[in-house]
Amino acid sequence: MAEAKIVLDGLSKSFAGRAVLDGVNLTVEKGESLAIIGQSGSGKSVTLKCILGLLQPDSGSILLDGEEIVGAKGARLERIRAKFGMLFQGSALFDSMPIWRNVTFALTHGQRIDGARMRKIAEENLERVGLPARILDLRPSELSGGMQKRVALARAIAPRPEIIFFDEPTTGLDPIRADVINDLIVSLVDDLGITALTITHDMASARKIAHRVAMLYEGKIIWRGPRDRLYDSGNPYVDQFVQGRAEGPIQ
Amino acid sequence: MTAAPLNMLVLPFAAIGRSLIGLLAAIGRVARFTGLTISRGLTPPYYPARFAEQIAHIGWFSLPVVGLTAVFTGAALAQQIFTAGSRFSAQSTVPAVVVIGIVRELGPVLVGLMVAGRVSSAMAAEIGTMRVTEQLDALATLRTDAYRYLMAPRLFAAILSLPLMVLVANAIGIFGGWLLAVQKLGFNSANYLNVTRRFVSWDDFQMALVKAAVFGFFIALMGCYHGYRAGGGAAGVGNATRTAVVSAFMLILGSNFLITAMVFG
Repeated sequence: MAEAKIVLDGLSKSFAGRAVLDGVNLTVEKGESLAIIGQSGSGKSVTLKCILGLLQPDSGSILLDGEEIVGAKGARLERIRAKFGMLFQGSALFDSMPIWRNVTFALTHGQRIDGARMRKIAEENLERVGLPARILDLRPSELSGGMQKRVALARAIAPRPEIIFFDEPTTGLDPIRADVINDLIVSLVDDLGITALTITHDMASARKIAHRVAMLYEGKIIWRGPRDRLYDSGNPYVDQFVQGRAEGPIQ
Repeated sequence: MTAAPLNMLVLPFAAIGRSLIGLLAAIGRVARFTGLTISRGLTPPYYPARFAEQIAHIGWFSLPVVGLTAVFTGAALAQQIFTAGSRFSAQSTVPAVVVIGIVRELGPVLVGLMVAGRVSSAMAAEIGTMRVTEQLDALATLRTDAYRYLMAPRLFAAILSLPLMVLVANAIGIFGGWLLAVQKLGFNSANYLNVTRRFVSWDDFQMALVKAAVFGFFIALMGCYHGYRAGGGAAGVGNATRTAVVSAFMLILGSNFLITAMVFG
């Protein structure tokens, strides 16, 4: 039995009286890549934001390496966050600074220190995501969407986190660029031994990058299983979702 | 039977109560935001480069627009005092009224309003865009405190720059009045400057500097606060920008009145 990295137990969160998460139970094992699928607005992002401490759950517990992290504050929250990297859906690069400052931001915390060494680190991390050193001094707005995503990935892995969250990593990319990102995620998980949690509604991506898949529906995990079972899950909700049918139990 | 008329009576009070509670909640949120910005800004890590950048944005790059505003206002004020004063042969009051009017009121208020238009809007738009594009969340996951990194440098830079700009604006405004008086209204330059010097008082300058620091505080606070709370895409950022400028204007004019009333009341 593999070691549990993250354990969500009965996680609930409401916004203005509407329950977005309604008792989510989920375990992510160390070194595994898990994908959460589900409709837009099903609470996928909220789940990630609760784990990162960007949102406070109303009830439930989140264990990270066996330690309860709900309600962590100050130095403890900083220490917990140091274990995580996150790739945001829109990349969320800082457009006021050049690429190399973006990539090394987690190491400098925005301080203008160690220029030469930081450029070198930025270059190494860009290389890992297949980007050339000539873009170091460009601004994020000068890059295409796919390149921005890769820079954001380089930024997330630069401090070598133990866990990376991917928020819709392939949304807005053409199928070829999307597959480049998928390959990168697979190689990061395999080479760096990173634990990955991805939220997506791109089935091709989920099947490629995840070892296991879980489906979130109306605030609960209604199905989980290995990726090979995604298309014969025997669950009518999952079937409807992965086949993209308008008719079915999900209205 | 009695339910409907009773409702009619209660409704207006309910509405007043709702807006009062809303106002108190807003004041509470702004106070918390201010407290966090100041307390985090005073503890390390510090961001001197960010602070310097903001001094340039708020102070240095606003100087042309502030200088033009001041010189035109000083000249227009001199002309008005001259025209109004000639009705009862009080033209000689021009230098005194110009210096008092500029230093006590027009200098600080006009600088405050011009900089609020330029800077509160830019801050709200920039931070609001960072909010809706998840850059603020990214900051947190990269373990950088937004209050220390974004808000405090802006707030401290504005509190420091505004007084310096008001000093410059006061000098330029007095110069504008002098220029018009000497060139157009036939005043003797040496006389004009003599009277000006007699009516410049250190107390007035002190009050102008206090006003300026207070205005700078409100300008940055409104820009940062409304940007930070922006939501809902491009429209949300637009709303945040508008609210930031309008509320900065109101706070500047309101606090200006209060300070003037306290000092002279």
